[in-house]
Amino acid sequence: MAQQHKAIALISGGLDSMLAVRVLQEQGIEVEGINFYTGFCVEGHTHAIRNQDKEKEKRNNALWVAEQLGIKLHIVDVIQDYKEVLLNPKHGYGANMNPCLDCKIFMVNKAVEWVKENHEDGFDFIITGEVIGQRPMSQRKKTMPIVAAESGADDILLRPLCAKNLPATKPELEGWVDRKKLFDFSGRGRKPQMALAAKYGFTDYASPAGGCCFLTDKNYSDKLVDLWKGRGSRDYEMDDIMLLKVGRHLRPKGDYKLIIARDAGESQYLEGYRKQYMSIQAVSHNGPLALIDGDITPEDHEHAASIVARYGQGRDADEVEMTFTVPGQPVQNLHITPLSMEQVLEDWHV
Amino acid sequence: MSRHELDARRMLCPMPVIKTQNKVKGLSVGDILDVVCTDPGALSDIPAWARIHGHEVIETAEKEGEIIITVAVKS
Repeated sequence: MAQQHKAIALISGGLDSMLAVRVLQEQGIEVEGINFYTGFCVEGHTHAIRNQDKEKEKRNNALWVAEQLGIKLHIVDVIQDYKEVLLNPKHGYGANMNPCLDCKIFMVNKAVEWVKENHEDGFDFIITGEVIGQRPMSQRKKTMPIVAAESGADDILLRPLCAKNLPATKPELEGWVDRKKLFDFSGRGRKPQMALAAKYGFTDYASPAGGCCFLTDKNYSDKLVDLWKGRGSRDYEMDDIMLLKVGRHLRPKGDYKLIIARDAGESQYLEGYRKQYMSIQAVSHNGPLALIDGDITPEDHEHAASIVARYGQGRDADEVEMTFTVPGQPVQNLHITPLSMEQVLEDWHV
Repeated sequence: MSRHELDARRMLCPMPVIKTQNKVKGLSVGDILDVVCTDPGALSDIPAWARIHGHEVIETAEKEGEIIITVAVKS
């Protein structure tokens, strides 16, 4: 009886990796999935926070895909290790703060390490749903060999959807996988993938690849760069990257930034940070909770409160009572006049 | 068989899943794990994770803004 070969598949939750797995399952390969959580993954977070998203279906697409395929999925926290990728990408950034090529190399390398650490499970090779030309930075014919080489995966990295456009890998050369039954997809078009999805009966799948990382988003990237500029250092903690996804961010002065909740769901979420951050909230009227990130001088307390009051129900009142809370200190009550719309300067918005 | 509790409060998915996965690795078949979390996404994600790994969610409860998901370790 032929030996059963095993592959570990990088699962993003999108269609391409889903198809790549099914292509190999059709060839009798046993597959398990791996998903790396960098902290910047779009999955889950914001729709767990905002009121307007409360009714949306909550599902982690990577887990959902794994369940559809009938495979195990290992989710790995790589938040700390990912910092080096984001802060010092050897191959640079894409259109925003997205270090896509370094990111792909990092993830394939992590899969290589995971295979070594779990060698008793007998994984033979790694697969991805990459397609040549699908992504402008990381998925090009020129960069595919770079990913294989710099990740350390070399010839055990197989891309079933575009394998016929690339040199044969070990799984193909050894006959574990029939190269003839792999594909030659290329380009940004999605028609071949959609046709294959239809063939396999996949009717429900997440949006096309590329939309799974906050770092590809201009607004998010701008906030990240602003954070570094405001602190005078390019570094971040988990809480920082979470808070960049929440609220409206205003920087009235270089030293501090206001994170103002946009609805009750966000206020509730920010509530969990009040022991770590200074905060402002209206007490005489309904209004959002705001956190202060950075250093604010006592002279600026009232000004900051008057900005936050602008976003509450007391925005047109002559006076609003606000609380200014510094963790571990008595609460300060402020009586301020909310700023008018015109007084909230456009360039404060991050 | 023993019962354990995992504090995943204030974590947003997939962190409660990752914490559950890592905790279960150190448990034995028949053990029970109560995951206490605040992200409603966990109500979908932890059961999905349990199903694909052969474990069973035997109870979910919501109390005062907290969600308790009870997982029976099966494999």
